[in-house]
Amino acid sequence: MGVWDEFLRGITRDNPIFGLVLGLCPTLAVTTTLENAIGMSAATAFVLICSNVLISTFRKQIPAVVRIPIFIMTIATFVTIISMVMEAYFPSMFAALGVFLSLIVVNCVIMGRAEAYASRNNTLYSFIDALGISAGFLVALGVMGSIRELLGTGEIVTFGYQLISVPIDPVDYMIFPPGAFLTIGVLMMFVNHYKAKKLERGE
Amino acid sequence: MAEESILSVLMQGVFVQNLILIQFLGLCPFIGVTKDTKSSAGMSLAVIFVVTMASVATYLIYTFLLDPMGLQFLRIISFIVVIASLVQLVEFVLRKMSPAIYRSLGIYLPLITTNCAVLGSVLLNIRAGYDFAQSVTFGLAAGIGFTIVLLIMAGLRERSSFVHVHSSVKGVPHAFFFATLLSMAFVNYFEVIPLGG
Repeated sequence: MGVWDEFLRGITRDNPIFGLVLGLCPTLAVTTTLENAIGMSAATAFVLICSNVLISTFRKQIPAVVRIPIFIMTIATFVTIISMVMEAYFPSMFAALGVFLSLIVVNCVIMGRAEAYASRNNTLYSFIDALGISAGFLVALGVMGSIRELLGTGEIVTFGYQLISVPIDPVDYMIFPPGAFLTIGVLMMFVNHYKAKKLERGE
Repeated sequence: MAEESILSVLMQGVFVQNLILIQFLGLCPFIGVTKDTKSSAGMSLAVIFVVTMASVATYLIYTFLLDPMGLQFLRIISFIVVIASLVQLVEFVLRKMSPAIYRSLGIYLPLITTNCAVLGSVLLNIRAGYDFAQSVTFGLAAGIGFTIVLLIMAGLRERSSFVHVHSSVKGVPHAFFFATLLSMAFVNYFEVIPLGG
């Protein structure tokens, strides 16, 4: 399989949210705005790429019996690094993401990729896989964040730039927790529909 | 925050800051095990147990070890290790003391290590600056809140499994639509329950 196909697989078929249904907690919690969604995806991408590369490089040296604790410690180290960097350079983003930045350590996507992919494949492919999955995560969070911010506030403002503004009555509930459940429910519905259609065509 | 009464902390943990519906912690079991009431009851019991124990252990470690030595940045690593070993310990003790409970909790205990509900609620404890009694109460309350929502959800999903819905809504989207309605109720609890009293 080509490198490009491996990358695309992370966005489409193995999309962490809509394909694998992993890592739902941050997806719902931090997608109140597009900006938070991008920040969360960036932090997760950093941890995922670093841990995948490190684990795949040392996959022959890691004893199989204690691999899970080793994976957890590796991931926790990178999470500590990224949360310290964010606290120092992006304090407002750090405050907005709150406890969820630390909770990247128990994000099932990262543990899942370490166990299912990085411990079995070489460094290059693990790197590409991490890139693809991160891109898929960004797409999912970005879509969620855009929908919620647009319907909840009537505009999307990202890093000081107003991207889009529509003259609607903002619905507060979209920013609150119920909006998150509603948005992901509707998105999942479309994904299911698409998958069923694809199955019918026999692909 | 520190002078909050125990009752207020309890109400906060169970309703106002409900783990699943407000904080979005522990969504994997919320979607994963709520297909029937029995397994959600098992999962909830295990979570109540581990969250309460973990709030005791992490409070002690943070206040007497990490904080005085200026090692706060090690909290993520040390807490995850504490939770993982706590789960192991609980497993050993239960297997020895009460095989019946062990059999019913069996498969759910290892899953809890990577359940963000546990790590999330102990980190929230530290952020809120609770003292020992408040931390333990909040841990217990978080577990109870988790149980209530899990059981409501399991009941709803069991009942609705015979309802005819469009094939694309069946399963996970259906569960999320229930969660939307439940969450609408919980999001308004902060108006009913006075805080800080």
